[in-house]
Amino acid sequence: MTTTGLTPRSNIWQSRRFRDAIVAYAFILPWVIGFVLFVGGPIVASFVLSFFRWKMIAPPKFYGLTHYISMVTTDELFRISIWVTFKFVIISVPVSQVLALGLALLLNQRIRGLGFWRSAFYLPAVVSGVAGSVIWMWMYHVELGIVNNGLALLGLEGRNWLYDRELVLGSLIVKSLWNIGIPMVIYLAALQGMPQQLYEAADIDGSGEVSKFFAITLPMLSPAIFFNIVMGIIASVQTFAEPYVMTKGGPDNATLFLGLHLYNNAFHYLKMGYASAMAWIMFLLIFGLTVFQFGLAGRWVYYEGGAR
Amino acid sequence: MVAGNETVAAPERLHGAAYTRPSRLRTLLIGNRFRTGLVRLIVIYAVLIFSAFLFLLPFYWMVNTALKPSNQVFTLPPTWIPKPVMWSNFLTAFTIQYETDPPVYIYARNTLIVTVNGVVSTIFSSALVAYAFARLEFPGKNVIFLGILSTLMIPFAVVMVPQFIIWGYLNWLDTLWPLMIPHWFGSAWNIFLLRQFFMTIPREYDEAAYLDGASRWHIFIRIILPLSKPALAAVAVFAFVFFWNDFLGPLIILSKPENFTLTLFLANFNVAYRGTPWHLYMAAALIIILPCLVLFFFSQNAFLKGITVTDLKG
Repeated sequence: MTTTGLTPRSNIWQSRRFRDAIVAYAFILPWVIGFVLFVGGPIVASFVLSFFRWKMIAPPKFYGLTHYISMVTTDELFRISIWVTFKFVIISVPVSQVLALGLALLLNQRIRGLGFWRSAFYLPAVVSGVAGSVIWMWMYHVELGIVNNGLALLGLEGRNWLYDRELVLGSLIVKSLWNIGIPMVIYLAALQGMPQQLYEAADIDGSGEVSKFFAITLPMLSPAIFFNIVMGIIASVQTFAEPYVMTKGGPDNATLFLGLHLYNNAFHYLKMGYASAMAWIMFLLIFGLTVFQFGLAGRWVYYEGGAR
Repeated sequence: MVAGNETVAAPERLHGAAYTRPSRLRTLLIGNRFRTGLVRLIVIYAVLIFSAFLFLLPFYWMVNTALKPSNQVFTLPPTWIPKPVMWSNFLTAFTIQYETDPPVYIYARNTLIVTVNGVVSTIFSSALVAYAFARLEFPGKNVIFLGILSTLMIPFAVVMVPQFIIWGYLNWLDTLWPLMIPHWFGSAWNIFLLRQFFMTIPREYDEAAYLDGASRWHIFIRIILPLSKPALAAVAVFAFVFFWNDFLGPLIILSKPENFTLTLFLANFNVAYRGTPWHLYMAAALIIILPCLVLFFFSQNAFLKGITVTDLKG
């Protein structure tokens, strides 16, 4: 930017604000390009594609709402997959939060070896996806797994955790509870940042532990709880590696998650249009559950800086 | 929760005459606000030990199996400690070759390429974008930032099919390019995380440099980035774990075994080695998760700070 100084209008070129804006756009340019190519463009394409029948070989054929209609009318597997995913999310997300919060509260006591305990609970979070699934397949192995052999030591009868259609979703939910390291650490940090005056004031009033928890701890933690629930929903609606590796959706489609059904349609049957339509349903599921959370948030999430 | 604050008024005075000081035994067992009672201590540690036992059990079971000789894998009841310890399982798991499959180091190489590229690209591009949102003013700033955050809600499934088609047109399916290129354009989550961190750096530093005539680019490279090492380390560690474990991306893009990453190798292990030699399977799984575990132990602080740097209060 050199001075040209021709007319007073060129001042705009020299103004710091204008130059800053240009520089700023240059800085965010990578994101803009990436968005257009890999997010925004594909979003539009996916939406359009969902109204077409396209199996990659012949050119796409306009299909109208047929995909969306056949989801409800003919594709029974779709209904199953929605139900499986919904059950998983509805159970896994809240139970994870309770467990993560419980562990965080425990770690927030005056305990020795905090680093060790925290690592023990956090460690599974770095073992995601395939490796974790493989380990749990071996845990759940009907004859050789540690779960059934451990039960045998206690004199209890083992079950076929991954091949019993009544149990299998529960088994995957238990596996998902193993990966609560991230929400736990977020809760712990929030607990450690808690203003102590509140507790001191409550002590002077003679409040008990339980009432302190419900009157102070929980409201102060509510933004963290809210955040973790939303993130948990986004991740668990998209569950894929666990059913793909552990059960292949079985037995009897009892773990046919939406992500898996979608993957099968797109990459086994090459039904690209139908898979796109399903992806939008997945988005609506995430969006709906998130908006629902935001709607509820006003009632229970407490922001220190005032109402939001 | 904090240790003793001696200036607090004596309980007698606060609660009036009806208050009787608790007995020493009671204080020892139940505790008061200055010391944790014995009963409480026992309960806390009991729950801690039990939970840690449950969380570490899968690791124990994996290591135990990985070190067993093959004949002990199928004995009942299982042996709880492998004897003799078969260190050679690790070697076997990584050197057996099934029919025409490539040797395992090929998968490791592919994973390493994707991961290193992922870490470098994520850090660089996300920091660049985050800087603009933390420091510069420009029209549409808030709308664009909101747009970036809202992409977090878009499931990968929505963009997966069109991306797949694009790579097909470019003839890049079954190469590593589709797993490398898209990450040079910033990732929403990391942009958010780094922006939050950059905002905590006092503005005086870059204002001073700006007045001295430094360009924004210089300020970014010479001032902001060096001051952000903890946050960048956190992003690096997260990115490493993410790319190392990534599964769905490689699964849809790669089809020839010589292009596979370690996660694909692990997911196919079952199929490739009929009859599932579980000791080798666990040995392979252990080796594959080891870099992430080691990384976690050496960078715990970066890791944990990274998670919590984002101010959730609002």
